[in-house]
Amino acid sequence: MMATMPSHDVLIIGAGLAGQRAALAAADAGASVAIISKVHPVRSHSVAAAGGINAALGADDTWESHAFDTVKGSDYLGDQDAIEVMCREAPDEILHLEHVGVTFHRSPTGHLGTRAFGGASQARTYYVADITGQAILHVLYEQLMKHHATVDRFEEWFTTELLQDDAGACVGAVCRNIRDGRLEVFDAKSVILASGGAGQVYKPTTNALICTGDGIAQAYRVGAPLMDMEMIQYHPTTLAENGFLITEGARGEGAHLYNAKGERFMERYAPNKLELASRDVVSRAEQTEINEGRGFPDGTISLDITKVPRKRTLEALREIVNIGRDFAGVDITREPIKIRPGAHYIMGGVKTDVDGQTPIPGLYAAGEVACVSVHGGNRLGANSLLDTLIFGRRSGVHAAARAQQVAMPAAPASAVDATRARIDAILARPAGGRRVSEIKTELGETMNRYVAVFRDADGLGQAHEVVRRLKEEAETAHVDDRGTVFNQDVLGAIELGYMLEVAETIVVAAQERKESRGAQYRTDFPERNDGEWLKHIDVSRNGDETPHVSYSPVTITQWEPQERTY
Amino acid sequence: MPAYTLRLRRYDPETGEAPFWQDFEIDLEGHRSVLEGILQARGDQDGTIGIRCSCRAAICGSCGVRINGRPGLACHTHLDEALARDHDAAGVIAVEPMGNMPVIKDLIVDMDAVHWKKIRRVTPWLLAKEPVPEREYVVPHENMVDVTQTMACIQCGACVSDCLSMEVDPLFAGPAALAKAYRFVGDPRDAQHLERLRDLSEDPHGIYDCTHCFNCIEACPKGVAPMSQIMRLRRRAGSDFEIEDRNNGLRHEHAFVKNVRRNGLLHEADLLPDSYGGKFHPNAVPELVSSLPVVLRALQRGKVTPGKALRHQHKAPDAVKRIFDLVEGRGEREELNLYISGDEDDLADDPPARPAPDAVPAAGAPAAEASDAPPESGIETEPQENA
Repeated sequence: MMATMPSHDVLIIGAGLAGQRAALAAADAGASVAIISKVHPVRSHSVAAAGGINAALGADDTWESHAFDTVKGSDYLGDQDAIEVMCREAPDEILHLEHVGVTFHRSPTGHLGTRAFGGASQARTYYVADITGQAILHVLYEQLMKHHATVDRFEEWFTTELLQDDAGACVGAVCRNIRDGRLEVFDAKSVILASGGAGQVYKPTTNALICTGDGIAQAYRVGAPLMDMEMIQYHPTTLAENGFLITEGARGEGAHLYNAKGERFMERYAPNKLELASRDVVSRAEQTEINEGRGFPDGTISLDITKVPRKRTLEALREIVNIGRDFAGVDITREPIKIRPGAHYIMGGVKTDVDGQTPIPGLYAAGEVACVSVHGGNRLGANSLLDTLIFGRRSGVHAAARAQQVAMPAAPASAVDATRARIDAILARPAGGRRVSEIKTELGETMNRYVAVFRDADGLGQAHEVVRRLKEEAETAHVDDRGTVFNQDVLGAIELGYMLEVAETIVVAAQERKESRGAQYRTDFPERNDGEWLKHIDVSRNGDETPHVSYSPVTITQWEPQERTY
Repeated sequence: MPAYTLRLRRYDPETGEAPFWQDFEIDLEGHRSVLEGILQARGDQDGTIGIRCSCRAAICGSCGVRINGRPGLACHTHLDEALARDHDAAGVIAVEPMGNMPVIKDLIVDMDAVHWKKIRRVTPWLLAKEPVPEREYVVPHENMVDVTQTMACIQCGACVSDCLSMEVDPLFAGPAALAKAYRFVGDPRDAQHLERLRDLSEDPHGIYDCTHCFNCIEACPKGVAPMSQIMRLRRRAGSDFEIEDRNNGLRHEHAFVKNVRRNGLLHEADLLPDSYGGKFHPNAVPELVSSLPVVLRALQRGKVTPGKALRHQHKAPDAVKRIFDLVEGRGEREELNLYISGDEDDLADDPPARPAPDAVPAAGAPAAEASDAPPESGIETEPQENA
């Protein structure tokens, strides 16, 4: 037996908003909690969420209105029972955040202030300038520091695999302390995956370098099904050169989009909502303008933020003023900035119910790693922070309750052997293989070319071939670092494996869905086809290495599918 | 594509070797970041290079380093700009780990041992007013915008890296932690402003341990202006709560103001005793005695004469008095903040950012200066607004 690490009722992997919220909720419910993250928690990618968080908290607003906007935004692929839960619980969550210290900006009366956001019938986005994710993440971390007695933090620990008992239940994880290379078993009654998305599968992307799909791949490898993986959101406003995000808050505050001819082209695509249509609609419109020769020669569109009063921009959009100045050399308060659609978010992920439970007993997932599915084919702006917090909390509460009913597992010391062997094999690879960075670049560029805003069978087939070849090449990819202290090289090789696993499921699901819905637009099947495709595509590893496709129904409670216009 | 030489400070604790410099040639446009340069070197040449990084866009705070002597984020520093600061003109971009924190490997420092420990020192969570309202706390928008400046801190440690006070007193709470403290002292929902301020005033390593060197303001990539937040903590402690601390911080500040008001220039011989309650105050005597060796050395080296040390000739000119009258005559204390800037009417009066070639310069403005102003000048001057 191995007893070097304490056992915990609930083990949380990932310390962004979903993970931290889950940890606090589980601790509040009386569980002993460990939270593990491969980066310090405040470095998590939740920090990049800029614009705000949605909730029907205003006097004239209703959760039903928020839910309907979300259902419509999802192109009717979202599960309405889950969307109802999220939208119904949103107002209390905002108030909870406010009470623990989030510095939400106010209306002139001193009450919580809102801004408009895409795809929403009301201004219901609560915000802190354009650093809303950062503000909430840092405030939750304040709470983690406050509750240090009940939540053990393991900062800069890298999870290599999930552990299962003989019955198939998840009973912990194997993790490597990045600081000294030590492998440890973390025993836990319940495990919550909260390790975020997989944006690095694309290049360029708005996502941070850490978003390598670790949790999605780890769950997939132990047999958990993935759902809606074909649904990759392209954000309408990313910087041309490096893919950095320009918040939707800019359009929420009144910025316009123009093509190279100076036309406000959204008038043709979404005559009512214009720039504030759903993201899939705006990105598709931009890409159409660019493809049909009405973009700028460098393949961009212009975003004109000078429409927003300068004082308001400086107060409420400070971060993108900085980004424009530092990364594009543009003063956005005085001139338009060139943007284009860019890979941003994965609606799909590990399939869960409304309490975060996956079909694997004891394994939960919340946040971008998960698919409840509240976003369906297209996520509304400012619904992702909400998703992380609502389902992070619900997972934490449920996992804590489950922990009261099961015995503490104790994995044998040999549980680390598989990981150790895998790492040793990586270190022992002979020189001559491709470099990890090279494979990663080819993967990202391939996905961005063939599995982007517009897709077809031919391109997807090519993407699949490339991904399969890269999977083989990754087996021999060479690493330079043989050390144990901060060996980021070997972790990069493991992450590459996660990314390729995720990429393959994305491609397979996109090939499978032979219709156009939400973020999946097939030029060879340009119509939405509710008769055949109003269903989720699930992908699971079928015992062997190849992805296996199945279907699950979409839950419809009160909103029958309609034609979708903005 | 232009080539740059990155000179990286390498250190591997497992080899037992001392830190050393290693050069890498990289090919990137000058407006790309130093981080992109490092990642290119790591990806193509040497996978052992250690640096924390994640967002690439100056949001996550991972990649704090020193670049040609200045602390900052690698992702937020352009290659051409970094090269321009190469004072040795060696044509290289030297990147080394941040200061004031132990190095773990290469460019990676132990932030938990220093930075986070200090953050935890300031009770970094809201001590909310009771009773907690059913809905939100109703508070002025201005206060929330005000604390947003410190909420903008990404905990990168650049300010800690070059804090001179911390170099002398490693126990100093430091710029990042004290900026964090202001985030609560400036938050009207917090119930313990007085207790927080008393704690940080009485602590010999607290708010009065800062020596106003401005390094943290220069270092901060997010405009948090930590030193300004420390000064605001002092003003709240001194003016609003009248906390007389045992470090004589407040008395020293008052003595300083009195001294300048009277003399226009600082008269050091008065400053020290005044800071301790006057020449004959029991607390002042040991201080004066202990400073005697310094005074004697200064006399010996001719830095002061006995006459000058005891009698100060300079009297404050009227201009200095007018400044005091103006500032003290204001009904409310004015605090400057990154997120609060001039309104549209002010801006309309601004000279245009990019004057047309034939534009008439504003009256009194030297023509050359007006047309040489960089287009971003409106933004680049903002850190000064905070100073």
